[in-house]
Amino acid sequence: MLPGDLIARESAFDERTAQDLPAAWDCLGQVMDPEVPVVSVVDLGMVRDVEWVDDHIRVKVSPTYSGCPATELIEQLIAEALMEAGFRNPQIERVLAPAWTTDWITEQGREHLRAYGIAPPAGSGKRALIDAETPVITCPHCGSQDTEVVSQFGSTACKALYRCRSCQEPFDYFKCI
Amino acid sequence: MSQRNDLAEYLLRLGDSALVTGQRLCEWCGRAPALEEELALMNVGLDLIGQARGWYDYAAELLDDGRNADALAFKREERDFRNLLIVEQPNGDYAITTLKLFFYDAWHLPTLEQLSESSDERIAGVAGKALKEARYHFKRSSEWVIRLGDGTDESHRRISDAVDRLWRYTIEMVNIDPLEQELAKTGLAADPAFVAEQWQARVAKVFEEATLKLPEPAVPFYLNGRQGLHTEHLGQLLAEMQFLPRAYPDATW
Repeated sequence: MLPGDLIARESAFDERTAQDLPAAWDCLGQVMDPEVPVVSVVDLGMVRDVEWVDDHIRVKVSPTYSGCPATELIEQLIAEALMEAGFRNPQIERVLAPAWTTDWITEQGREHLRAYGIAPPAGSGKRALIDAETPVITCPHCGSQDTEVVSQFGSTACKALYRCRSCQEPFDYFKCI
Repeated sequence: MSQRNDLAEYLLRLGDSALVTGQRLCEWCGRAPALEEELALMNVGLDLIGQARGWYDYAAELLDDGRNADALAFKREERDFRNLLIVEQPNGDYAITTLKLFFYDAWHLPTLEQLSESSDERIAGVAGKALKEARYHFKRSSEWVIRLGDGTDESHRRISDAVDRLWRYTIEMVNIDPLEQELAKTGLAADPAFVAEQWQARVAKVFEEATLKLPEPAVPFYLNGRQGLHTEHLGQLLAEMQFLPRAYPDATW
């Protein structure tokens, strides 16, 4: 028996097993991106897989950007959420390939982004960005398509700065990669 | 040297150029000419530092001498650094900063394009991720070169001066390094001939649009970043970057 086992057994949960993986997904659906706190790590497409290995849960996580300072925090939040839900010693595995793409953001995630005032990625991440036509970005505030880019880089690595020519409001655009 | 050592050496080159570029960009924090530019430079720098970590993690595993990524970044000396000379040059004015970044991006992009198809899965993984970021970097820096070159008399003069000052260091983007050529033959590294060709084509295209005169190809001189022979500026950069972990070993947040 390991130190900590006793505490885990005193928790409100019975021993978690492979049968509880759907509950783990539900739990991860509640873990929000700390920088965009309306979108869960599942809706962002960061959680690639959840599996049961050697009596433990293992979560495969794809970071969004190489230098995203939230990556470690997100991994920590995932581990904490799972532990709170009764999964002991969750293993978090960082997966780089295939590289995370905005194509993995779910429809629900896109809706939540829009409602939060961030225009969701337009078009496909597979298309080359160079020489490609600039996609039409819809203003998340008024729905106008008459918008312009202010800067390709915004308040976080994943966002660009835009401005709406119709309602004059600035907004963030979740870059397509 | 074994291929394992050669590969570690190559990964250090990739990591060092990314890290030193990132460190230089961070020097603009709090003093960029506009808020949007500040955000952009910090974003690019952050991407590059994250990429450097990817290369260092793998290099540390191959070297297997007890050093981790942090030790490789903060505990090596100037002569052990393998970055391109251009990235260690001082930031100067915004034209110099922009042009340095553009020359690096124009080299970085084709390098990553090739590495994302490396026969080594680990390399392909880090590069595949970095490639998506580098496309944005290149797009941004080339737009700025065009804006400055094809802008006002003063912006044109400044970026032309930057070309004069930096051009000699571009030799490292187009010369054929034997170690990299060997590694490229086995499908591990980027083919230096392909990268050189791509670099020249990209620079020529952007210079034309920027109404900048393309100088004669640079020629080799006595310094060589891949062999650890640096300009005086790298030592000063490292002194600042490495101060904390050296003064307070094993300090944590």
